[in-house]
Amino acid sequence: MSRGKLSWLVPVIYILFLLTPIYWLVSMSFKTNAEITGGFTLFPEAFTLDNYAKVFGDPKWRGVFFNSIFYVLLNTIISIAVALPAAYAFSRYKFFGDKHLFFWLLTNRMAPAAVFALPFFQLYYKVGLFDTHIAVALAHCLFNVPLAVWILEGFMSGVPREIDETAYVDGHSFPSFFTRIFMPLIASGIGVAAFFCFMFSWVEYLIADTLTRSAATPITSKMRAVFEQQGGTDWGVLAAAGTLTIIPGAIVIWFVRNYIAKGFALGRV
Amino acid sequence: MKPVNQKAWFLVLPVLVLVAISAVIPLMMVVNFSVQEKASNGQFFWMGTKWYETVLHDEKFWGALFRSLSFSAIILAIQIPLGIFIALNMPRKGWGVPASLILMSLPLLIPWYVVGMIWQMFGRVDIGLLGVMLKDFGYNYVGDPVDAWGTLILMDVWHWTSLVALLSYAGLVSIPDAYYQAARIDGASKWAVFRYIQLPKLGRVLTIAVLLRFMDSLMIFAEPFRVTGGDPAFLSIELEQKSEELGWASAMSIIFFLIILAISWVFYAVMTREDADVAKPESAS
Repeated sequence: MSRGKLSWLVPVIYILFLLTPIYWLVSMSFKTNAEITGGFTLFPEAFTLDNYAKVFGDPKWRGVFFNSIFYVLLNTIISIAVALPAAYAFSRYKFFGDKHLFFWLLTNRMAPAAVFALPFFQLYYKVGLFDTHIAVALAHCLFNVPLAVWILEGFMSGVPREIDETAYVDGHSFPSFFTRIFMPLIASGIGVAAFFCFMFSWVEYLIADTLTRSAATPITSKMRAVFEQQGGTDWGVLAAAGTLTIIPGAIVIWFVRNYIAKGFALGRV
Repeated sequence: MKPVNQKAWFLVLPVLVLVAISAVIPLMMVVNFSVQEKASNGQFFWMGTKWYETVLHDEKFWGALFRSLSFSAIILAIQIPLGIFIALNMPRKGWGVPASLILMSLPLLIPWYVVGMIWQMFGRVDIGLLGVMLKDFGYNYVGDPVDAWGTLILMDVWHWTSLVALLSYAGLVSIPDAYYQAARIDGASKWAVFRYIQLPKLGRVLTIAVLLRFMDSLMIFAEPFRVTGGDPAFLSIELEQKSEELGWASAMSIIFFLIILAISWVFYAVMTREDADVAKPESAS
């Protein structure tokens, strides 16, 4: 296709626009609080690792990082495990109420977190799961399971049905066919679905904050506590912690980089 | 054609149980609260539709709804064309492909609260790069509604345009080269290639983009909450601040959910109709 000679400038300018606020955060994390609030410096003049030392040295900060990662991984595993058979059913069979069920599932992806925060709190408090990792992981299934079903169904529909039939003729039972033949075929789809579950659970704030108090609080709740503490905001530590929250996402992107474009189209291209 | 098999229900069962726990029970609780009043002694009284009437006569609700819908409309009007434009100009081969994909995805994986924090640190007139540069032009997102809106819109464009760009890119790379060759032989203009080859192929991914962006922008909470402390007050923020008044908040929740549901249903109907069109044998073009 014909394109202008300067077309490369468009993504370059856009990426610079994306990186500028991130640069500001990272540069702030290497400054002292005196430098941040005292004057305006484009680069850290008194380069310091103190902010990171404070974050890594505090068992509370280490704890909240672990909490976030733990409930995100739990959620990803649960979501994929229940979404796989359901997506197979939607992609391969017609059954009573299938279309309505599929749309109903999608409506849960549309449910505003603000609507569910309060009843979630009361529900999990009553069953004694308040302030546990599993509570947040289960609550995040609200939007991640529908999304995982949607993505996996897209990828599965791309696999010809003859493969299923041949496997059954060859004497495979359903579980053996599904785990040994079918799942390797849609491995990239599973990776993409897991990526999205990780992403939306990792970035969510309101529900995770509402369902926890101390034992399972996410990083972002700790940040809010630092913002609201008495005696001035510790910008340096907040910037360091904020920089660290970018890293897990960057690692996950690296793993799925080859499928990312197709994945963002939810397997429907 | 897919075979009819009612046993498929067993495969869907785990999802049903899980979503019943995480969605149906809480939703029923909200409905329950919205038709009752809790008295000081902890007893509940049947209120009928009184809370709904209160919400629907409340200027705060209409104000928040108007602000939320305006915000969604503005960010869609910016992000969709901008995302397509970026996707059209993204590299198609070489090291530029993974580099731009990874860098563009970066904002999407930053926790929403941290996104708000980044923009607060970036926009504040005392410590922020943007704030300090624009301070002399009278910019200050604290207290100035225009600047607050501008900052939140710029933040959302920064945060989510990549999603539209990546979706469009996925749609564009799926177009076979033969289409472009045919267009070249016909001497089609650049605009004609875009209008009659690229845009129709983008239809389905763009519907996904519009659907996801619409839903998420209407529910936006953590980012404006962090940046401006909840001003302008969107629906989610109004809801969070009113959460002490159980009946009012619950009735508003149900109305809020129904609005999102209704609009999303229209998008979904359009999308599945397009899927059905694609399934039909296409005439040679």
